[in-house]
Amino acid sequence: MPNMSLTKTPIAEQDPKVRARNFKEVTLGYTPEEAMEEAKRCLNCKHKPCMTGCPVSVRIPEFIAKVAEGEFEEAYKIIKSTNALPAVCGRVCPQENQCEGKCVRGIKGEPVAIGRLERFCADYMADKPVAAEKAEPNGHKVAVVGAGPSSLTVAGDLAKLGYDVTIFEAFHTAGGVLMYGIPEFRLPKTIVQHEIDNLTAMGVKIMTNMVIGKVLSIDELMGMGYEAVFVGSGAGLPRFMGIEGEGLVGVYSANEYLTRINLMKAYKDEYATPILKSKKVAVVGGGNVAMDAARSAMRLGAEHVYIVYRRSMDELPARKEEVHHAQEEGIEFLVLNNPVKILGDENGHVRGMECVKMELGEPDESGRRRPVTIEGSNFELEIDTAIMSIGTSPNPLIRSTTPGLEANKHGCLIVDETESTTKEGVYAGGDAVTGAATVILAMGAGKKAAAAIDEYIKNKK
Amino acid sequence: MFKIVTRKQLNENVVLMEIDAPFIAAKAEAGQFIIYRVNEQGERVPLTIADYDREKGTITIIFQVIGGSTMELAKLNEGDFIHDVVGPLGVATEYKEGAKRIAVVGGGVGCAIAYPQAKKLFGMGVEVDLIAGFRSKNIVILEDEMSKASTHLHICTDDGSYGYHGFVTNKLQELIDSGAEFDEVIAIGPVPMMKFVCQVTKPYGIKTLVSLNPIMIDGTGMCGGCRVTVDGKIRYACVDGPDFDGHKVDFDELMRRNSTYREDEKKHVCRLTGGVR
Repeated sequence: MPNMSLTKTPIAEQDPKVRARNFKEVTLGYTPEEAMEEAKRCLNCKHKPCMTGCPVSVRIPEFIAKVAEGEFEEAYKIIKSTNALPAVCGRVCPQENQCEGKCVRGIKGEPVAIGRLERFCADYMADKPVAAEKAEPNGHKVAVVGAGPSSLTVAGDLAKLGYDVTIFEAFHTAGGVLMYGIPEFRLPKTIVQHEIDNLTAMGVKIMTNMVIGKVLSIDELMGMGYEAVFVGSGAGLPRFMGIEGEGLVGVYSANEYLTRINLMKAYKDEYATPILKSKKVAVVGGGNVAMDAARSAMRLGAEHVYIVYRRSMDELPARKEEVHHAQEEGIEFLVLNNPVKILGDENGHVRGMECVKMELGEPDESGRRRPVTIEGSNFELEIDTAIMSIGTSPNPLIRSTTPGLEANKHGCLIVDETESTTKEGVYAGGDAVTGAATVILAMGAGKKAAAAIDEYIKNKK
Repeated sequence: MFKIVTRKQLNENVVLMEIDAPFIAAKAEAGQFIIYRVNEQGERVPLTIADYDREKGTITIIFQVIGGSTMELAKLNEGDFIHDVVGPLGVATEYKEGAKRIAVVGGGVGCAIAYPQAKKLFGMGVEVDLIAGFRSKNIVILEDEMSKASTHLHICTDDGSYGYHGFVTNKLQELIDSGAEFDEVIAIGPVPMMKFVCQVTKPYGIKTLVSLNPIMIDGTGMCGGCRVTVDGKIRYACVDGPDFDGHKVDFDELMRRNSTYREDEKKHVCRLTGGVR
C-alpha cells in the first residue's frame, strides 16, 4: 500500500541556532525506518518521469522499490551502476529542478524525497565493505585533467570498462570543488574522500600537484601513451565588479574565502592558513556559492552577515533549500541593492559598503526582470569584510598551452554533443565548458565524455 | 612527497634547499615559482625558483625564515620530505629584446632570485650590473655566485659595513648619473624596494620589470587572492605574472594587502616558538 502523505517524511536537522556556529553537517539524514516510509510514497510510474530529469540517468523507481523493501545494499548498487558519486549527489544536486521536479507526486503535494533517499543509501553503505569492481584491463591509457565531479565521473566510468586511467590534479587533494568549494556543513569532506577512495580501489591512479598546461602539456600527455585526454579543469578566475575599493584589505572573492575554509581548514586552530575574524560581512551575489560563503562567515563568528543582491528574493539563483537554511541561520537578505563602492579606513581596511537601491524593470534576455538603479537612494552599510560572489571566467592555462584546442569568446572550451573538443582525442566537460554550473551537470558531461572516449578508442584500433 | 637533497644555511636567517622534483625541473624557467605545503596542516606558500638542474631533476629554493610556514620548512634537514611542491607556476621572465646593458637589482633574500636572472642574462651576452643590497655585512649571501653572473657586481649595505654604503636605489641613481645606459632594469626584493627602484627609473623612461609576491593560495588562477592592480586593472600574479611593468603597479595596495594576516602571523610564530624569535 503506497504512503499517500502529501508531504515528504521529515528529515532531522541540527537546530539553526546551534549549527550557525559549527561546521558539522546541517541535515542529519534518514533512519532506515524513515527511508522505507518515504520510499513507499513512490508510485513506480511506468513512464518514469523522474529519470528524464537526471543527467546521469539513475534508475530511480527501481532503487526506491528496493529501499521500500529494506534491501538497501541492492538499492545502492542500482544507483552506483550509473552514478559514481551517490553520497555527493544526494546532498548537493538541485533535485527540485531535476528528478523531484518531474515527480508525479509533486503535482499535488511534495515530490518523493529522491535526493534524501539517494543519500540514505550511500550513507548506509559507507561503513560497509563493498568489493571494488575491478574490470579486466583492456590495455588502453586515458588521462584526466582535474579531479572534480566531471573528472571523477569520467574516471569511474572508464575504469569500469577496463581502462587504465590517471587523474592529474593541480591541488594537493583530489575532489575539485567538492573539496575546496562546497563547505563541510553541506558536504562533509570524509564523504568526498570515501568516494575518491572507491575510485582508487577500482584502479584509478591520482597524481596530485600536477598543473597540466605548466608541468606537462596535453600534447606531452598524448606522447606519453595516453590515447585520449579529458579536460575537466573547472571554472577559473573570480570576477570582481570593477568598483572602487576592491583592493582593500578585507575584500575576498568567494573562491578564496571558501578555499581557505574548506580546503585549507582555516577554521581549525591546528591548521596554519589564516582567515580574517570578521564581525560584519557583506556577500555580494545570490547563487549557491554566495549562500555557502555567507553561512561560512556566520560559522566563523560574524555578528551580521548580509547577502547583497541586486534583484529580489524571487530571482535568487541559489537553491530554495539553501536560501531557507541561510535565513534560519540568521543571514540577512538585502535584496534589490547593488554595491557602488567599498569604503576603506585610513589603514586601507574595509569599513563599509556604499549601496544603491534597485527596482525591477522589464525582463532582460535571461527572462528575469532587469534591475534598475533608483537614483539618489545611496546608503552606507557598515561592514568589515566584503566577499564577491558574482561568478568566474574560465581558466586560461590549458587553452593557452594546447594548440588546436578552441574556446568561445567567453573562454569556455568548445565541444560537440559527445563532449569532443576541436582537438582529436581530447574531450572536455564541466565548468571548463559551461562556465560555472552545477556538480550534477558536470557529472552528466563526464558520463557522455566517458562513453565517447570508449567509442573513440575502440574505433581507432 | 618531495625529498630535500641539499640543505645549506646561507646566513642566520636564509636557507637554501635543493629538492628532488624531476617534473618541475624539466620545465622550470627563470622567473617562475613553486608553491609548497610543508605538512598536512601547512598553508600553501609561493617561492620563486632560484635554480634548477634538468639532468639531476632538482630545483633549488632559497628562503628567509620570516613566519610560521618558513620556520617549519627550515626545520627540515637533508633527506627529509616536503609534503607538497607544485610548479612551475607563473610566466617565465621575458627580457627586452636586443638589450645591451641591464641592471638587475636584488634586495636581501630577493638576491637569491635576482641571481638566476643575472646568470641567464650574462650567459646571453648582456652587460649585467648586479646591484645587491643587504642590511649589513653579516647577512650577505651568494657573493661568489653573483660575481660570476655579472659584469659589474655592486654590493650595497645599509650600514656601510661592506661594499657601497647606501641603498640599492642610491647606487642605481649614481650609475645612471655617471652615464650608464640601461635598456632595462629588473628589480626583485621587498615591495618598498621595488617601489623606490621604479621611482628612480621612471623619469628616464627605463623599462622596469618587478617580480611581485602577493598572498596566494592555489597559484593556478582559481582563488583570486593574488590580484594586483596594474595600470588600473585587476591582474592575477599567478597566471598573468609574477613579473609586471613596475611603472604601472599599485605598490601601496600590494603592501597593504600583504599585511592582511600580520597579526595572525605573530600569534602563529608565538605558538611555534613559545614567544621567542
